[in-house]
Amino acid sequence: MKKGYFGDFGGRFAPELLMPPLLELEEAMERIMAGEAFQRELTELLTHFVGRPTALYHCANLSREVGFGVWLKREDLAHTGAHKINNTVGQALLAKHMGKTKLVAETGAGQHGVATATAAALLGLECIVYMGAEDVVRQAHNVQRMELLGATVRPVESGSRTLKDAINAAMRHWIAEQAATHYCLGSAVGPHPFPLLVRELQAVIGREALAQFQERTGKLPDRVVACVGGGSNAIGMFHAFVPHEQVALIGVEAAGDGSPGCCHSATLSTGTPGVLHGTMTKLLQTIEGQILPSHSLAPGLDYPGVGPEHAHLQALGRAEYVCVTDDQALAGFMRLARAEGILPALESSHALAYVLGLSGTLPATVDVIVCLSGRGDKDLEIVRQALVKREG
Amino acid sequence: MSTSHLTDKINQAMAQGRKAVMPYLPAGYPTKDAFWKHIEDLDAAGADIIEVGVPFSDPVADGPVVEQAALCCLEQGVTLGWILEELTQRRSAIQAGIVLMGYMNPFLQYGIPKLALDAAQAGVNGLIIADLPLEESDEIRNVLQEQGIALIPLVGLNSSMERLRMHADKAAGFVYFVSVMGTTGVRDALPEELRNALIQARQSFSIPLALGFGLHSPAQLQGVETVVDGVVMGSALIRHLDATGKVGDFLVPWMIAR
Ligand SMILES: Cc1ncc(COP(=O)(O)O)c(C=O)c1O
Repeated sequence: MKKGYFGDFGGRFAPELLMPPLLELEEAMERIMAGEAFQRELTELLTHFVGRPTALYHCANLSREVGFGVWLKREDLAHTGAHKINNTVGQALLAKHMGKTKLVAETGAGQHGVATATAAALLGLECIVYMGAEDVVRQAHNVQRMELLGATVRPVESGSRTLKDAINAAMRHWIAEQAATHYCLGSAVGPHPFPLLVRELQAVIGREALAQFQERTGKLPDRVVACVGGGSNAIGMFHAFVPHEQVALIGVEAAGDGSPGCCHSATLSTGTPGVLHGTMTKLLQTIEGQILPSHSLAPGLDYPGVGPEHAHLQALGRAEYVCVTDDQALAGFMRLARAEGILPALESSHALAYVLGLSGTLPATVDVIVCLSGRGDKDLEIVRQALVKREG
Repeated sequence: MSTSHLTDKINQAMAQGRKAVMPYLPAGYPTKDAFWKHIEDLDAAGADIIEVGVPFSDPVADGPVVEQAALCCLEQGVTLGWILEELTQRRSAIQAGIVLMGYMNPFLQYGIPKLALDAAQAGVNGLIIADLPLEESDEIRNVLQEQGIALIPLVGLNSSMERLRMHADKAAGFVYFVSVMGTTGVRDALPEELRNALIQARQSFSIPLALGFGLHSPAQLQGVETVVDGVVMGSALIRHLDATGKVGDFLVPWMIAR
């Protein structure tokens, strides 16, 4: 396989001016991150700061309702309330070892911004977060959290004013400020080595889930399900299971309002191969290669691209990718809240909704683990408005 | 390395005792029709090479002026197909060398082999692809070269001697030196370390060296004028066009001694 590629996907399509910092990062991954001392330090932080291992929870009530075993990998219980913290603590630690003093990041839902601001505060790094102007409004609560953590939030007014434009802005910032700055990319996207780096840092999710499930049941789960925006929680969840061919891997994308021709973020389900943000992957794009706007009720899924490794797993047939609409996700959100007393992030609600949709179709012996990538506190306003709209 | 029409164009300017002048304008700016009139004007005003911007929705290496201009072109429905068709009709009336400057995805979606054929047909002499670094460029460079089209390398202040040497093995046409660590857009002053970096680049390449990004006045070149064979102006030209409605007179101050 070509270096930095997952089959036909991946690579490094970045301006030449970004090659030196990308090569520096790749080298640091091999030299610093692979080392025992770094791994020990990271494990310490993951255990005592992040709160790992997160629980693997058997949903007794939901399982009874749907007729098969439903388990949640509780990334919502990690510090700052989402899986994003695994990645940012790791990258911030690496940046610090590289002698960098600043982190720049992009954020959609704000979860990655909060996680980056948190890791920066912990490790004494400066932090600048670019966020689409639309998301600044949608996720005002997280903007406030970032600012309280000492980060500077810069709203991005260009393009669709969402995540993809925030990535453009962060990359531009990194071109200009590369000497002292690490770009703490928030998902398994971007030019090599980012998809690999983020996967390595998120793989802890799946490793824990596999060990926890085996310890509890003595077997492997039948299906593992995660939502896919850029694909970091999903690749982190899948990675340990990929070699276990009998475990079905299912990624759930956002279908927006589900009507034909509407904006959505179902990149793997409906996209075509192309290059965006430094990587060859599947994209929502026109025939001429212009990137189409995306949409999801869940800001963290609102991205017209996807991590290249998912495109590869799809091409191999090792993972399957399906779609869930805004309304289905909202119903999933409500159902978990009422059945189990957990408010899931709207992103995670997509994965959950898919599994709830299998109700009555699987034997009772089947066990499904869903990656509950984050908690729903950040989404209360979106949920409230959606419920008002639905009832009115 | 094959000789390139672009190298010849720059050498001709130098033979006249001046630097080559290379204006950049996004295709279809400010309107589809006016654009071609502006290209003719730039050509008549002595542009040696004209860089035609191929608009892309997500131009990571561009600053706000070029980005806005490119988005304006997209809103008017500009496509690579339209650019190549129009150019095919009009090329014989244009003296200047023509370079397409854009991002990988629109070229990729057009299809690289078809792009090479159609661009050659349209009289395109070179391509600049802002998000295509050396490591990913071999395949496309070879396909283009078969049609006599040069893939112009971009290098910058942070390009190591080692990278410059790797580029030099493959470079054709001219080398585009990015004057600043950043995106396109007018800057007041160029960085101090630019002179030494340019000298290093000059020693590494046998083909001409063009400077671009941030240029708005020949006065900025003080200190580096002896190491640069050509100049590229984008954002400043767009701003001039926005302010005055024409482009030809923009080139006058740039007809400067080398
Ligand atoms: C809770 C939560 N889940 C999922 C995502 C989607 O990201 P990814 O696909 O990289 O896991 C986000 C992104 O912001 C998020 O906040």
